[in-house]
Amino acid sequence: MTTASDPQAGRLFAALPTQDPPAMARLHERLVDQAQREGVLDVAYRTLDTPVGRLLLASTVQGLVKVAFAVQDHDAVLRRLADDVSPRILEAPARLDEASRQLEEYFAGRRTRFDLPLDWRLSKGFRREVLTHLREIGYGHTESYAEVAAAAGSPRAVRAVGTACATNPLPLVVPCHRVVRSDGSAGGYAGGPDAKLRLLAMERAA
Amino acid sequence: MRRPFEQIVAEYGPMVLRVCRAVLGPQDAEDAWSETFVSALKAYPDLPPDANVEAWLVTIAHRKSVDVTRAAARRPTPVETLPERPGVTGRPEDWDGDLWRALKALPARQRQAVAYHYLAGLPYKEIAALCGGSTDAARRAAADGIKTLRGTYPRLTDQSGVTR
Repeated sequence: MTTASDPQAGRLFAALPTQDPPAMARLHERLVDQAQREGVLDVAYRTLDTPVGRLLLASTVQGLVKVAFAVQDHDAVLRRLADDVSPRILEAPARLDEASRQLEEYFAGRRTRFDLPLDWRLSKGFRREVLTHLREIGYGHTESYAEVAAAAGSPRAVRAVGTACATNPLPLVVPCHRVVRSDGSAGGYAGGPDAKLRLLAMERAA
Repeated sequence: MRRPFEQIVAEYGPMVLRVCRAVLGPQDAEDAWSETFVSALKAYPDLPPDANVEAWLVTIAHRKSVDVTRAAARRPTPVETLPERPGVTGRPEDWDGDLWRALKALPARQRQAVAYHYLAGLPYKEIAALCGGSTDAARRAAADGIKTLRGTYPRLTDQSGVTR
């Protein structure tokens, strides 16, 4: 350590490994178990490799709270979760087993709707109303931003619908990719325009 | 703005494990580490954002080590003879039993001062606040500990090529 007054003395501890990955893996697993048991693991997360890139999945005890694409910068997403939900965050894949399984089935074309407990806390007010409506757009179908605005009871709020989709904390599971422009073009997407096109093509083909 | 706790584990976990190993030895270190990080996870949301995370973790580890030492003292005696042999668990990641034998022979004060200063980088003033006594006493404890280790643990002179 740099602050030690005698670097020679620090070398006495050369036999003590500064990094011990097997021990850390064991201890991390034990920490996750104990944190779950004591109810202090507020946010569990894992990553999942999919055809639209690596996804970050995060869950509270209530349910899935965040799905993020690689282009959204997973480290930044985790920092925001620390601020918005709780900093008691650990990589704990077990809590996300069911969400991962359903997403894998979806990408394999074997699932057309998700059946998962969701934690909506990252979406509020009108945006949340919009997102709730999106769950009614069926697999393989699309609606325009204007149609979604009308369905949400505010036909003039087309831009606000766009914002609701862009800030959807649970993409894929809450299918904002099924909302497209009135002229039929795909429009923007949190995972990037290519991911959106890919999802729409996949659902059309099924 | 607080970092996700996972980052705290990744960044400081190995350092805390080294400290626990130096203070408690291979048998009890992992129990102390686990107690430390569960306790830290619980308290983490209340930690002031500008707090020195390293010193905070070492403080918790110190208290947990004291608890673990007390619990170990209450265990039946046969267990105490086991750690005398290096590599008791047979795991490849077990560290040098010679170093622990030399550390174990030190008075607890010296072992703590040495570990907190040389492995955690804590200043003597903070070590004094943690273990009691004055800053000078902490500095002396660390110096005495290192002096003894140089005599009882020959590895340093082996490695630097100096004649024993």
